[in-house]
Amino acid sequence: MKSAMFLSALALIMAPVTETAAQGAPAQAPAPATAQGQTTAPAQTVQIAVLRVDRAGLPPISRLELPPPDLGFAGARLGTEDNDTTGRFMGQDFETAEVTATPDTAAAELDRLIAGGTQFIVLLADDATTLALADRAGDRALILNARARSDALRGADCRANVIHVAPSHAMLADALAQFLMWKKWPRWFLVKGSYPEDADLAAAYTRAATKFGGKIVEERVFEDTGGARRTDSGHVQVQAQLPVFTQRAPDYDILITADDAGIFAGYMPYQTWDPRPVAGSAGLVPRSFHPAMEAWGATQFQTRFEKLAARPIREEDYQAWLAVRLVGEAATRARSADPAQLREFMLSPDFEVAGFKGQKLTVRDWDHQLRQPILLTTGLLMASVSPQDAYLHQVTALDTLGIDRPETQCKF
Amino acid sequence: MKSLLTLLLLTTATPALANKVFVTNEKGNDITVIDGATMEVLGSYPAGTRPRGITISPDGKELYVCASDDDLVRVFDPETMQETHTLPSGPDPELFVLSPDGGKLYIANEDDNLVTVVDTKTHQMLAEIPVGVEPEGMGVSPDGKVVINTSETTNMAHFIDADSYQITANVLVDQRPRFAQFSDDGTRLYVSAEIGGTVSVIDPATQQVVKTIGFQIPGVLPEAIQPVGLRVTADGKKVFVALGPANRVAVIDGETLEVTDYILVGQRVWQLAFTPDQDYLYTTNGNSNDVTAIEVASNKAVKSIPVGQQPWGVVVAPN
Repeated sequence: MKSAMFLSALALIMAPVTETAAQGAPAQAPAPATAQGQTTAPAQTVQIAVLRVDRAGLPPISRLELPPPDLGFAGARLGTEDNDTTGRFMGQDFETAEVTATPDTAAAELDRLIAGGTQFIVLLADDATTLALADRAGDRALILNARARSDALRGADCRANVIHVAPSHAMLADALAQFLMWKKWPRWFLVKGSYPEDADLAAAYTRAATKFGGKIVEERVFEDTGGARRTDSGHVQVQAQLPVFTQRAPDYDILITADDAGIFAGYMPYQTWDPRPVAGSAGLVPRSFHPAMEAWGATQFQTRFEKLAARPIREEDYQAWLAVRLVGEAATRARSADPAQLREFMLSPDFEVAGFKGQKLTVRDWDHQLRQPILLTTGLLMASVSPQDAYLHQVTALDTLGIDRPETQCKF
Repeated sequence: MKSLLTLLLLTTATPALANKVFVTNEKGNDITVIDGATMEVLGSYPAGTRPRGITISPDGKELYVCASDDDLVRVFDPETMQETHTLPSGPDPELFVLSPDGGKLYIANEDDNLVTVVDTKTHQMLAEIPVGVEPEGMGVSPDGKVVINTSETTNMAHFIDADSYQITANVLVDQRPRFAQFSDDGTRLYVSAEIGGTVSVIDPATQQVVKTIGFQIPGVLPEAIQPVGLRVTADGKKVFVALGPANRVAVIDGETLEVTDYILVGQRVWQLAFTPDQDYLYTTNGNSNDVTAIEVASNKAVKSIPVGQQPWGVVVAPN
């Protein structure tokens, strides 16, 4: 316990509240908690851990996207603050541990957290690690997947003890596909990276094309051959090589990049042989969240996050915030801190949570994926939100994104 | 001729304020003033940065505006539309409610999980009350003894004792509660929930939810039904609820608590205000940059009036 970055959420979060109360309220006014007859030690405590498994790898091709040290953790901290503010009125306290691990140490860290009594693990890890840790946790903990996007994790490899807060590749691809069909840009030139995640993502685009009537005119693989991408004047090579790489494609409307590893997509806009827009992993990018999003009250959420973290929010932060809020919302509604009861409620049809996306978010019972609108973003702005209006569904328009009940390969 | 002029002056002078409609334009940073009798725009006036909540003193002499990005409340003379002074509000004031006697302003500070209480006479801050995450809706009981705050991420209606500033009860409602309104007889409290898509009817005496009202409109996606502003007629018989991007105002029977009608208005309708005689209800339509006047007796939208950029709040001067 002592080696990791454990935080006392209570100490961090309650302090500013008490401080403002002392400044603003008349001197005779007691602190709010005492006023409500609550003791300073709440009756119920909910333990959550955020486990981030970092893989050694190259830095992103743009230095603006270097991962901050508190990636994901900062979002979870805000979620814990939110939960604790509500918890003051419910007699509930939330403690969130923050743990970083490597793929080699992750299993041991998970065991240690579970041994310490934590039964809610917000996991930020790659696909393989997420699956391995879910199996290791078994019925000892509920995993809230806040990063891994592969469809296999929600399909053939699905696990009953996982809730996927992060959107799947299929949801992201469908969100973009709906927009492109609305634009009447149905001919896609798909370029995928050479990593396993890229194959999963490219498959999602292929599936989306079939689902919505698009056509992949050609698929190419961009091999990661290493290279001196950060060397001075590397742009000269980029400018020379990418047009060559993209030439002689059949006529197409838009180039779609499937590059989860971030190897090449960022280079692609304006460098294609033909003058065509770029989408997917660069250009118009489907995301769970974006720091410029201001709709649905998100401005105040962005402000609160930036005050806490002193940087714009990332998708991992939003997903970790949402995962922590899922647990908090369950505790509030169920008026309980009992992990088994909270888990049961989170997976019940009655459970819903708000996430600054204009509608309630719920969990699909067939694969435990959180339904959510997907933002289509350019560098600085949100350009659109899917599902697009034209796509209807007998249950909820959100189920036009991703793998629907009849198609699922998941069996719990 | 002379007598006609005097008469004209008299008629325009005495009821000059009556039924003037004031609309805050969140993106336009100004207030549009509408003549309630003719439903014509009289003019627009600067209101500070990001004006949202707006209300007026019972005597009609002071117009209060939450200038959210200025972190204060601006006070205007409704006759001249000149700013007379400002009030401390705490950070990011969004919505507020005036005590029935006009003496205190209860302000929701969205970014700081606080309700700030300000004395409108001395201009002093009286208290800051810690509430849930993202406080927004503010209501006050007709006797002024109970103040309600709704917190959007905590999903509660907090009951605050107006004398001690202490929270006496917390009532869980549906996702993202935006607005709290008592009936004039004080026997009911209505709380709208934007993401939950419902209105909770609370018995203030027991602090229990007696009914949760949902909405269904043919041809409108359920996700687009987002209840925000809410007003109750003085006799308690009709409850009007602005449904946001559903572009409609719902009418609820105050006795049976059933929805009886949907009135098509402008786009993303958020806040509502009655004229003093309650003949008309004005709605702010944030995305179509206009307000709609609804005839209360017939539930008919009678006129759309273009205002500034992204109209947010509305208040009508008292008689």
